[in-house]
Amino acid sequence: MTKGDLPKERTGSVDLRRMTDARVLLGRFGAGLPTRAAQSFLLDHARARQAVWSAVDWASLRANLSDLGLETVEVESEAGDRGTYIRRPDLGRKLSPASAERLAGVRPGCDVVIVVADGLSASAIDVNAVPLTRAIVERLSSRRLSIAPLILASLARVALGDSIAEIVRARIAIMLIGERPGLSAADSLGAYITYSPKAGTPDSRRNCISNIRDGGLRADSAADAVVSLVTDMLKTATSGVGLRDAVAKLPRD
Amino acid sequence: MPYKTTIEHTVFSFTDLRDLLAKATPERSGDQLAGIAADGPVERLAAQMALADVPLKTFLAEELIPADSDEVSRLIVDRHDPAAFGIISSLTVGEFREWLLRPETGQQQLEAVTCGLTPEMVAAVSKIMRLQDLISVASKREVVTRFRSTIGLKGRLSTRNQPNHPTDDSYGIAASAIDGLLMGSGDAVIGVNPVTDTVDDYVRIVALLDELRVRLSIPTQTCCLGHVTTAIKAIAAKAPVDLVFQSIAGSQKANDGFGVNLALLKEAHEAVRSLGRGPIDANLMYFETGQGAALSADANFGVDQQTMEARAYAVAREFRPLLVNTVVGFIGPEYLFNGKQIIRAGLEDHFCGKLLGLPMGVDVCYTNHADADQEDMDALLTLLCAANVNFVITVPGADDVMLNYQSLAHHDAVYCREILKRPPAPEFERWLVDVGLTDMAGRLLDAPPKLADYMADARLLGA
Repeated sequence: MTKGDLPKERTGSVDLRRMTDARVLLGRFGAGLPTRAAQSFLLDHARARQAVWSAVDWASLRANLSDLGLETVEVESEAGDRGTYIRRPDLGRKLSPASAERLAGVRPGCDVVIVVADGLSASAIDVNAVPLTRAIVERLSSRRLSIAPLILASLARVALGDSIAEIVRARIAIMLIGERPGLSAADSLGAYITYSPKAGTPDSRRNCISNIRDGGLRADSAADAVVSLVTDMLKTATSGVGLRDAVAKLPRD
Repeated sequence: MPYKTTIEHTVFSFTDLRDLLAKATPERSGDQLAGIAADGPVERLAAQMALADVPLKTFLAEELIPADSDEVSRLIVDRHDPAAFGIISSLTVGEFREWLLRPETGQQQLEAVTCGLTPEMVAAVSKIMRLQDLISVASKREVVTRFRSTIGLKGRLSTRNQPNHPTDDSYGIAASAIDGLLMGSGDAVIGVNPVTDTVDDYVRIVALLDELRVRLSIPTQTCCLGHVTTAIKAIAAKAPVDLVFQSIAGSQKANDGFGVNLALLKEAHEAVRSLGRGPIDANLMYFETGQGAALSADANFGVDQQTMEARAYAVAREFRPLLVNTVVGFIGPEYLFNGKQIIRAGLEDHFCGKLLGLPMGVDVCYTNHADADQEDMDALLTLLCAANVNFVITVPGADDVMLNYQSLAHHDAVYCREILKRPPAPEFERWLVDVGLTDMAGRLLDAPPKLADYMADARLLGA
């Protein structure tokens, strides 16, 4: 809820529950939660744990984005299975040799590569990746930026995008990845944007926009923010914690 | 230098101090991920037995990460006080454990050796201590810090009220902060993790929190947990910044991953001091740490995650922080796999921080991909209270709707105050009585309607 939705005049006490999705004003019995609130929490936790372990419906995502006219390439990390993926993030950052071979066949040298990755929430991709990808592609295209084929990555961590971008020789990688689920938001997407990415790029060289979902940062606003970062990075040839300073030093238009 | 121990004619050998420390570490997934953990319980115990015989002096002679290539190592060497080390300089790690446990070793003795201890010594001894040992010793070490409230007094427990919101909405943040205040939470700090890291949002958030604090005359501090570079800019713009926050880790390379170094932290510390918002000797910095941070930045140099965590405390203590907390279960199951590992790590971090003189708190927390739940958090919180932890973090209903993890609920703070008898900071305790939120016995009351209305009328807040 935004402040615009709140009544303008004072009409007695405002219900805090209208101002945030956080679990405010739950009530209590001593230090304990009311039974219903306690069990509602447990149910959400059970659901979130289930979301971590499910797989993305890539076929449906491809079908829903087919009108964009982008080729798609499916890749996976070296993790092999979900259990290993959870315990071994190092493997989730490495491209499988077969995937690297597949990417070598992509025509290199675009401005931007977009990677859609499962991360820790398949439902984030199932629910939010289509509108977000569409909104980003539209904005990049209207700025006449060239876009590599859309990469669909399984068992992937954020840094997998670095190796992908390095092989397809993209100037910027946009990684759209399922964030680890919370209780009230199991479908949050994060966007990580990196200039001149290559294997070994530190996280401080990335810019991140998180909580992309209905009820969080909406796809259109997120795409505006992502593309604004892309534009800044192309102008300054930098990304990460130094980006804002670099932008401030740019000559005014 | 190699180390070895013999158990029933089997010789276990360890290539160097780093290897010995890693193999002596109680089981955790992060060291297994790094490929440095013991092969099994017997090798682990052999390492612990060998470690117990290592003289404390060895830690001054054998470097884990060379000081000429790492500014954290250099800081540790530069700040080591040989005079303070004198009392314990002849002890082995095993004898040091016994010295710590003796009833004659109290606050005065522990305080006296603080600057003679290196993070590596403290990490080493913690590896041969069980939970009860960690609690027994930490509970003797009081570390008190001050700003508007006095935090860390023995027998008390402070809380960080963490009113995060998924879009940093001013009303959402205010509503959550007020919910926490009505439950009596927030005497350590009211601190928001922002979604974005812009100067404008940072300034808006600290201004909003400051207004809430001033209007209600709350004896506490506020903080926006943005990057230190953002804080420096906000301070330059004369924003009401009480505390500068930063995540830190135990090597120069890992801190580089966070976009910080010692010089930058010093600049931030001087900047916030220049605002003069607290008493002259107020503690003005807030740091968060967590086992696994260095490894996740590929900056652990083969050192186990718990020793790397203790090294982060050397960075923290350089800046006289008001608050330091490990975000113990936040990093995920690849570093701390389950409730058992999270509970032990929380107590280790608290113990190591306290011995190094830090005002140590713990974010008692876990993520949805870890094999842990609220019952594990009940256990850790109760143990931490026994250990005299300075503060914990609480959010509405244990659910952080921005960071997507579970911390403690404001309800859990009520449990600590009323069941475990751990009142908050004395200034805040008085405030709770004065505004009618608790009775004289410290029991939480339903908010007086006038106060609830006044607080809930967040539309009057700026921003």
